[in-house]
Amino acid sequence: MHSELSLIEQVKSGKLWDIPGGIHPPERKSLSNTAPIDLAPLSPCYYVPIKQHIGNEGALLVNVGDLVLAGQPLTNAIEGLSLPVHAPTSGVVKEIIPHVSAHPSGKPEITVVIESDNKDTAIKSKPIKDWHKAEISALTTHLQSMGVAGLGGAAFPTYVKSNPHKDIKLLIINGVECEPYITADDVLMRSFAADIIQGINILQHMVQPELVVIAIEDNKPEAVEAIKLAVTDQENIDVKVIPTKYPSGGEKQLIEIITGQQVPSNSIPADIGIVMQNIGTCFAIKEAVIDGKALISRVVTVTGESISRPQNLWVRLGAPISDLLSHCGLVAEEDQRLIMGGPMMGFNIMDIMMPVVKSTNCILAPSEYNLPSFGVEQACIRCSLCADACPVNLLPQQMLWYSKAKDHEKLEEYNLADCIECGVCAYVCPSQIPLVQYYRSSKVEIKQEKEDKIKSDKAKERFETRQLRLERDKQARLLKHKESADKRKKALESDGGAKDKIAAALARAKAKKASAGESEAVSSDVKTTDTQDKVAAAIARAKAKKQAQAQAESKSEVTPATVTTANTEPKDNIVETTETVEAKSAEQIKKDKIAATVARAKAKKLAQAAESEAVTTEPSQTKSAETVEDKSAEQIKKDKIAATIAKAKAKKLTQDKDQSEQK
Amino acid sequence: MYILLFALGALIALTVVFGAILGFASVKFKVKADPLVEQIDSILPQTQCGQCGYPGCKPYAQAIANGDDINKCPPGGESTIKQLADLMGVDAKPLDSAHGEEDVKKVAFIREDECIGCTKCIQACPVDAIMGASKVMHTVIIDECTGCDLCVEPCPVDCIDMVPLTDTNWKWDTLAISVKNIN
Repeated sequence: MHSELSLIEQVKSGKLWDIPGGIHPPERKSLSNTAPIDLAPLSPCYYVPIKQHIGNEGALLVNVGDLVLAGQPLTNAIEGLSLPVHAPTSGVVKEIIPHVSAHPSGKPEITVVIESDNKDTAIKSKPIKDWHKAEISALTTHLQSMGVAGLGGAAFPTYVKSNPHKDIKLLIINGVECEPYITADDVLMRSFAADIIQGINILQHMVQPELVVIAIEDNKPEAVEAIKLAVTDQENIDVKVIPTKYPSGGEKQLIEIITGQQVPSNSIPADIGIVMQNIGTCFAIKEAVIDGKALISRVVTVTGESISRPQNLWVRLGAPISDLLSHCGLVAEEDQRLIMGGPMMGFNIMDIMMPVVKSTNCILAPSEYNLPSFGVEQACIRCSLCADACPVNLLPQQMLWYSKAKDHEKLEEYNLADCIECGVCAYVCPSQIPLVQYYRSSKVEIKQEKEDKIKSDKAKERFETRQLRLERDKQARLLKHKESADKRKKALESDGGAKDKIAAALARAKAKKASAGESEAVSSDVKTTDTQDKVAAAIARAKAKKQAQAQAESKSEVTPATVTTANTEPKDNIVETTETVEAKSAEQIKKDKIAATVARAKAKKLAQAAESEAVTTEPSQTKSAETVEDKSAEQIKKDKIAATIAKAKAKKLTQDKDQSEQK
Repeated sequence: MYILLFALGALIALTVVFGAILGFASVKFKVKADPLVEQIDSILPQTQCGQCGYPGCKPYAQAIANGDDINKCPPGGESTIKQLADLMGVDAKPLDSAHGEEDVKKVAFIREDECIGCTKCIQACPVDAIMGASKVMHTVIIDECTGCDLCVEPCPVDCIDMVPLTDTNWKWDTLAISVKNIN
């Protein structure tokens, strides 16, 4: 407790710490931070991806053709980490299709396409007027239903972060904005300082921290001025101006700068009593609670040397980037690159129909002269510049080695998971190795590997359970057969006459069989007119049937008997059904379908028959085949036939054995 | 003589005491070693496809433990062979193409309006990933399907397709974007 108190005291005293490494890239912020925030014109069409945050997408609430108003929810938050998305303007739901997503892959994601009616009618706002007295759970639910997510870049659902269920000492508001070119938070602080402070007050009510620190880099003096003015009458809100350095704006980096404490690996700041929110998120919280508006717009910096009017814009979420570029006057050079996000952590835009989403803070169109594309990768010279520059104290050159070798175990040993993907290592590398890209792909591979492992463990469990079940069923079946055999035996014993008769019949049958030779089938023996023999034949038939069933069930070796039934029975059945359907049914489609199915089945059966003709030879054919054996010169055919005969003989032997056993 | 007896007695007493302690410790602190077959089995991809020639991954693990080749598992591919080589202390070899090629991950998909409900695929599935009953349509539980291919052959109407699984995790391959001050 003592140390925690001294933490707050220390933070209040104004001491700042430093992070290891870091770089000072050219800032280029003056391109876009001189003009006030402008409103982007309404786009004719908006593309709203239903997943714009970390977690699960919500369930769709609208259908194609529905009329929607601005701020109307398009999805419903579901279980788990989930946020709804809202209609950015009024109009008609034109389509719900996979559309290029705001992701480096551009992988299509389910998107609601809304055609604007240019009236921009909004739904009735739902403010919480007396939020000072409101329950925290009510505010949490409200933030969720308004779709508020972290606007700093990761788009983590805010309702989770603002209700941490932990004792929070310090709330840090991140206004650092350390990446070059981006000025969205800067201009927001200049123009809407009072609104941001209102948002912070709501967070104070929800999180109950002892102290709030607003951290701003010293390259934004106007923003610092505006915020300082707005907090003059506020208690427990401290404004800290920190030295400019990239990546001071990283969550864990900023905590280290403000408190001198490091967030342990695999932990979140809340574990050490700290919560961090972005400036833009505070504004969105104020809009959601006090104005009752859902998160349908955000500030986006449209900048770069190829933009003739670089500026910050209020952009409705879902607006295609092409509209923003034409509004700001893109003068494209040859092979013009377009980047979503900043130059350090952003990604190349592959399709200008990509929509603006909750995490989009910047659209960058740099000139090749000022932001040259990556050169040819050279070999690592182990200069260790990357290790010196890494803000997390990792060993990038070692990780590059293991990343190339796909040695995931070693990568985890070298704490790849702690890499914040800031891109500093790639920036300083004299060999122009895109180090951070290697780590990104390795992270994905490790994630995939873990998912596969979970899946294979599940498959193993299911396989083993199935084996157990099959074994259990087999035992149960055997037991049942044994029981019924016992019962029959008893019944026979009680009826002495019948037993004698059967015994006599069997003895006769045996004698006959012995004289007739081995190849004769048992069933052919008992075809006499004698009534006693009929009983014996019936029993033999029943037994053969039972055995065939047992074999079919246990899916053991395919016997000629089962093959013949399988070949003839379904065919007859299906033909019959088709006939009846043709006679009765009026539905042509169904008829066609069944006919097609029959045709397919027949085709397959034919193919199979052609493939394995020799294997499925019927017993009657084997007798004639025996004579062929002597004459034929074809060794292959002979072998096959011999095998079939052997099989038939083996079967008969087992049948005989069964009979003698049961006798 | 007395000294000799005394020394013998002392040694016997020590033997008994330490023997008892060691015996107790060996029972109480027994480390349950992971048998080799289990370790091999945990590396194999558990598709239970039988492409290796054994009826499932566990039997193949048993066979490897008994000295069979480690390169007979196409679904596991190169990474599995590498891990097996590390475990068994042998050289990694290229995949034996007689058992198949490494392929993209697939899952079975039943064209449901063509299914006649024969239950043959259900019986063939090694991981019970197919739902359905006699004479009603069957369907594959995508999350449970290992893509082993064993249900395709028994289908009498050929209504099962192996569909490539789209990766949920996208692999980064764009080039980095760098700020370099050349002014």
